[in-house]
Amino acid sequence: MPLSLYNADNADQSIWVYLERDRDGLAGISLELLAKGRQLADQAGWILGGILLGSQNSELCRAAIAHGADEIWSAEHVLLADFTIDAYSRVMFEMILKGMPGVLLFGATPDGRDLAGCLAVRLRTGLNADCTGLRIRPGSGELVCDVSGFGGGVLALIEMGLNRPQMATVRPGVFSKFPPDWNRAGKLIEFPVLLKEADIQTRIIEKVSAEGVDLTQASLIIAGGRGIEGDFETLRELADILEGEVGGTRPPVDDGYIERERQIGQTGVVCSPKIAICCGISGAFHFIVGVEKAEVVIAINSDPGAPIFEHADYCVVGDVRTILPLLKESLQSQLVEEI
Amino acid sequence: MISVVCVKVVPKSEEIRVDPDTMMLIREGVRSEINPPDMNALEMALSAKDRYGGQVYIISMGPPAFVPFLQAGVAMGADHIYLLSDFTLAGADTLATTYTLSKGIRKLGDVDLVFCGEESSDGATGQVPSGLSEWLNFAGLTLTTETALDIESGLARGRREIGGGYQILEVPLPCVVSVKTACNEPRFMDYERKEWAFDRERVTIWDAEQIDADPDLTGVKGSPTVVSGLSQAPVRNRKKQFLEGSPAEIADQIAEIILQNS
Repeated sequence: MPLSLYNADNADQSIWVYLERDRDGLAGISLELLAKGRQLADQAGWILGGILLGSQNSELCRAAIAHGADEIWSAEHVLLADFTIDAYSRVMFEMILKGMPGVLLFGATPDGRDLAGCLAVRLRTGLNADCTGLRIRPGSGELVCDVSGFGGGVLALIEMGLNRPQMATVRPGVFSKFPPDWNRAGKLIEFPVLLKEADIQTRIIEKVSAEGVDLTQASLIIAGGRGIEGDFETLRELADILEGEVGGTRPPVDDGYIERERQIGQTGVVCSPKIAICCGISGAFHFIVGVEKAEVVIAINSDPGAPIFEHADYCVVGDVRTILPLLKESLQSQLVEEI
Repeated sequence: MISVVCVKVVPKSEEIRVDPDTMMLIREGVRSEINPPDMNALEMALSAKDRYGGQVYIISMGPPAFVPFLQAGVAMGADHIYLLSDFTLAGADTLATTYTLSKGIRKLGDVDLVFCGEESSDGATGQVPSGLSEWLNFAGLTLTTETALDIESGLARGRREIGGGYQILEVPLPCVVSVKTACNEPRFMDYERKEWAFDRERVTIWDAEQIDADPDLTGVKGSPTVVSGLSQAPVRNRKKQFLEGSPAEIADQIAEIILQNS
């Protein structure tokens, strides 16, 4: 076994969450991880810490405490204003060796994945990707991660012996956030940062931030699989009428019919809409995971034996190419009546 | 200029089944393929070769039976295959995999670029590229859809796709580039190259000793993560109510259900 830089004997009884920001403040995934981390910390009697890197952190520190953190490790520096793997990994590595958390959680986001992959190697420890469940074993403090296996709905329970920190990434939407309590008290630890321009070899030449679609927040999702043969236009029209979002399974995403950020399932987004309409989707377990949290699932598939029908509230055996245009007409006339 | 493409041979995801009793993967009869995202990485490496010249090597881990799949990559335009094959390398998690690949890449000498797919279709951890950068002490460009090189100044530029936006990043060579899945159209095999490509001369197989791998850091031994159990994922019980009638009647019923529940 490779020896991690610190281990179970000297690790602190704390769970740390790497906090990311979006336009409105703390990113949704960070709030979800704080909520899950809070639950684990309460069960284990541990401390929940948040890690925040940036150039202006104070407001977000308060928000993280309101969302469940006991302490915030904040690193402020002008060279941390934008994420670069060089600067962020360097500062976080120093922080981790100082605080020696037992558990370290990241969102499975572009930055979170880069950082986790790099730090796991630098710390010589284990990293579980895309966990759908997390538990801390009482007494030993071992983190048990649920990772969906390759199809078939098998969950592998993965842990990592004495190596610390026990690292894991979680996709957005897997855990639920809870509302802030602005009266919660927490401790702010301002971590000194020594960074020079020369420490950063990544140059950001250009940066265009756009509001990406966030399927985790959609209240209605209409998703297409192989069976719609790339016809996402019809799905988009329906989504427009219903003020919902379009999603897809992995094959049409891989074939370039729909953007990757709209992929639903284990390697995509786990969404929790009021209604999910699954069109031409066979129902592989990888996909089902992504609509597990939907209140109502409607499935349309021409194959009466398709597994998707085992996971749907309303099942339609039929050709999507026939049903969807009729559905559009029907919705239009019913919506007109309502007005 | 030397580029290395990390390629994984994976079971075809649509053919994978799980034995309901043992909850183990049923591997018999399942065909393999190059991990689809790695095809995009290979394509990016080959277009860089078209523009800047040099050599493109494929590196992979696995049994010699993987060779024919990798040879398809040579037929597309790569120059040589390096397969790291040793039973002590099997069962590697991300840490051990990235270590082993880095040792193989080190042995290749002065490598300028390492291309990886965004993630694998079986493990799908997406953690290999950044772990590899760390072992190699190379700069990293992740989730790129396009790359350009300035060979004279030793720089690589990449467009990194994030959320709805993007960044243009510049890093010094050598660097590890992870390639966004489906960002390009992998070329077909060049049939004129086929005979040359499928010649065993194009293949070098290295065992753990030949890449000077520390046995404590490879395979199961080098993997801190351990599968301690398997269980069936909990599945929510649904109504499973089939809608009956003509297509138009069914469409009306669906519309009603949608409007009632939203």
